[in-house]
Amino acid sequence: MIRNFFILIILAGLAAVFVSLFWNFGSSDTLSPLAEHYANNGADEVGAPNLVTSVIVTYRGLDTLGEVTILFLVAAIVSFFLKTGKQEESAPKRESSEIILTASKLLMPIVMVMGIYVFINGHLTPGGGFQGGAIVASSFVLMLMANPRFEINHRIIAIVESVSGMAFVFIGVLGILLAGGFLDNKILPLGNYGEIFSAGAIPIIYSLVGLKVGSEISNILSNFQGVQMKKCND
Amino acid sequence: METIALITAFALILIGLYGILSNKNILKIIIGFSLFDTGLHVLIVTVGYIKGGTAPILDKVVGTSNAASKIVDPVPQALVLTAIVIGLGVTALMLAYALKLYQAKKSLKITDFKEMK
Amino acid sequence: MLVMAITAIVHKKLTVAVIATGIVSLMASVMYLLMAAPDVAMTEAAIGSGLSTIIFFYVLNKIRKAK
Repeated sequence: MIRNFFILIILAGLAAVFVSLFWNFGSSDTLSPLAEHYANNGADEVGAPNLVTSVIVTYRGLDTLGEVTILFLVAAIVSFFLKTGKQEESAPKRESSEIILTASKLLMPIVMVMGIYVFINGHLTPGGGFQGGAIVASSFVLMLMANPRFEINHRIIAIVESVSGMAFVFIGVLGILLAGGFLDNKILPLGNYGEIFSAGAIPIIYSLVGLKVGSEISNILSNFQGVQMKKCND
Repeated sequence: METIALITAFALILIGLYGILSNKNILKIIIGFSLFDTGLHVLIVTVGYIKGGTAPILDKVVGTSNAASKIVDPVPQALVLTAIVIGLGVTALMLAYALKLYQAKKSLKITDFKEMK
Repeated sequence: MLVMAITAIVHKKLTVAVIATGIVSLMASVMYLLMAAPDVAMTEAAIGSGLSTIIFFYVLNKIRKAK
């Protein structure tokens, strides 16, 4: 009872802070000066119609590098944790029906192509690397859930992930050598505005980020799946 | 419109915090963390809203010349995009730890783990 | 949305709580769309309401199988 009382006091204090923040909130009518600079000069400096993409990849490229590093750490720790220890072998109780197996085999390439489309067109329409990577990972989950004996080839996923990570840093270093700074996108020419091969190196960078995120999430999911069934033959 | 979103975000944060502090089942605590994350992200995106603004993508409707008067702030959206993916990573890590704890002691209540006291 | 959030915390069965978390994430995605943020809405719908729920269900299945 004492514990509940303390919890309620803490929450009441926090609620008082929130109410005072809420009364003084007035949403502004004009953009802040930083956002105004991005809006006015974004199309000329970076050349991509999607302003959020240009902020993530060029203006704030270091944050994206840090986030990709964190995802890599999480994938490594999860696979380390869930593989050691005794594994029990157990066959599934019943096989999936014929309809589910056939339909999942038909659907998986379609979903994967849609994911690749989303991250290749990241600078023109809403979308980008993270969304496309999540869609590709969910196509793998579809195969895993329909067919519990489906085993992802861990070697191919490891190769895709490390190659795209190294290529990302390599393009960043190329930016220092050939153009303004780290992860500058003017190393390739800014083509016509609104075409798919415009905006310098943004499609390449975002495709690499998308591949890396997709393969890492599939790795995490297959480790969780592998805890249930027999261990993955490596 | 944004007052509704603000109230919802604050309420989600408080509900998530209450869930973290008062549950004894480990999985319920992790669900509380997930709700807390979602409320925080809604709060950050709502702060960047401009009255009567539209999505920050330049096309025929919002040209390059008058963009600064029609779009909402793109910087909080970029931050929240990264934060959502990191939230998923932290949740996956917490669930892996919870699985290992359960395999060690066969119990899901945090009052049973007393070795560090 | 708030009714679903309270259900997620208070209900005794874990299965219902996990599904309520997924529904909260889906409604947050609609709210992002009303705040003129389509990128964030797409990301939240794909990651929060899809992959996070699936990871929770894997762990629940493993725990229930060992009981």
